[in-house]
Amino acid sequence: MKIAIASGKGGTGKSTVAANLACTLSRSREVALVDCDVEEPNLHLFFPAPATDVPVTNLVPEIDAERCTLCGECGKFCRFGALAVLKDSVLVFPHLCHSCGGCVLVCPQGAVREVPRTIGRVACSRPLSRLTLISGVLNEGEVQAPAVIKVAKALAEGHPLILYDASPGIACPVIETLEGSDACVLVTESTPFGLHDLRLAAEVAERVGISAGVVINRSDGEDAATIGFCREHGLPILMTIPFSREIAAVQNRGGLVCRDLPGWEERFAGLFRAVLDLPGVRA
Amino acid sequence: MIRLAVVSGKGGTGKTMMAAALADISAVPQVLVDCDVDAANLELLFKPRRLTTEEFRGLEAARIDPERCRDCGICADHCRFGAIVRRDDAWTVDLLHCEDCGVCAYVCPMGAVRLEPRVCGEISTSATGRGNLAHARLFPGSGNSGLLVTEVKKRAMNLAGDADLLLADGPPGIGCPLIATVSGMDAVLIVTEPGVSALHDLGRLVTVCRRFGVRIFVAINRFDLAEDICERIEDYCGKEGLTVVGKIPFDPGVIEAVRNGRPVTRRDSPAAGALRTLRDTLFAELGLR
Repeated sequence: MKIAIASGKGGTGKSTVAANLACTLSRSREVALVDCDVEEPNLHLFFPAPATDVPVTNLVPEIDAERCTLCGECGKFCRFGALAVLKDSVLVFPHLCHSCGGCVLVCPQGAVREVPRTIGRVACSRPLSRLTLISGVLNEGEVQAPAVIKVAKALAEGHPLILYDASPGIACPVIETLEGSDACVLVTESTPFGLHDLRLAAEVAERVGISAGVVINRSDGEDAATIGFCREHGLPILMTIPFSREIAAVQNRGGLVCRDLPGWEERFAGLFRAVLDLPGVRA
Repeated sequence: MIRLAVVSGKGGTGKTMMAAALADISAVPQVLVDCDVDAANLELLFKPRRLTTEEFRGLEAARIDPERCRDCGICADHCRFGAIVRRDDAWTVDLLHCEDCGVCAYVCPMGAVRLEPRVCGEISTSATGRGNLAHARLFPGSGNSGLLVTEVKKRAMNLAGDADLLLADGPPGIGCPLIATVSGMDAVLIVTEPGVSALHDLGRLVTVCRRFGVRIFVAINRFDLAEDICERIEDYCGKEGLTVVGKIPFDPGVIEAVRNGRPVTRRDSPAAGALRTLRDTLFAELGLR
């Protein structure tokens, strides 16, 4: 079973939900929690533990100057601007490379080979007795977030229960995270921003073909518009978390409400049951 | 013209609230741009009048002509992105995974693969009461968000005329869209909040911004929700030589303003007052008046 936690808007509480759900479930079973927000991973702050790093590399071209005749084929082929053929050399811009391998294929001289280049890492730890934390970390200045997400997800494969914490937005990193999930928890807040972005996130889940439900976070009771949207689009509301300074204080200091405030462990257990009840999930 | 981007690393710290407030009270000729193309929200606070809308074409995407395809599967063997899939007993391109690299078209012995333009979103320009706005909408599940950011910034530059300020509302994160936003800016205003996650993300964002040689300013939103962590943020900024230009208190008036679709500075409230002070400090630093 794989559950993705996503939202269009940032800061709605994805990591809060993911961390508390993982902690709650790990009381009774093995859980793998994967931080797929590789641009700004935060889950390790809630589960401090010594970690083992696995480097993430992608393949980038290296030009053999002896063989290169400066014919320009590689530069012409590369659609990402990662190769510039000059009068006397070929310049490689590795951070623009998508590792498609096209330059190797088109070089008539066999002068291009691919070499690995580190763009991030995946940190694996065992913070609780039944919880494995797998955090993808994109190096600062790099742009290939999906490549790091792919490795983080691959390292979690085989676990019976996996939670993916997605990045905000609706573009490639989110698609990469949602792929292969059995269910998607969309975390929103009941403001016009939250609703606007929930609409987009729900479209992404639908496009990837994943059953989704909604958690309303920091609710101040004015949720009518969000509830109406969910009803109209067949999105069950899985849980509502009220705004409270007490919850914010626990969260801001890296605590977990399921551990630090009474009643919340049971509520997150209820969230899991509600996810299992989503259409097509328990099949 | 000063080009300023409001960014945050961590999402939800209040970038759009801040950008809208600054736009509302800037009192200089300005142009606005929403660079958070994944989830563009600035227009929700300004109810702008649409001037133009155009399609955004990202890179191209592969298409296999079933008439010509001989089913050899060479394209699928060479695709590094798993974008060529078997569907209904034929090879087809999964657009969610196609990276537009062109390898499949190159290796196909039958010339059955072509690269065709695809529409990934739309770009608009609008008039608000506080200057023109360039904004965009990425279609859910499309790639190319960094490219779209670059395009929407170009539209804003075209609209700028003799504006003194280009004010951008940025995306969260530190990846492709953020880098596309910060590139070419003079300064960034990082909106953070007193929490361990936001503090962690601030450090990573500062590392990225430094590579672009932009001036970095910091605003601490909802600073009074955890004053001890707020102090840690100020210590960090002090050590890194970053100027904290303002601290905004937690204020239910902020949510109320968002709910009613207006910048928070339209009415008096503790947050609105702090934002005015922030504006004065920041604009003095930037030499705007």
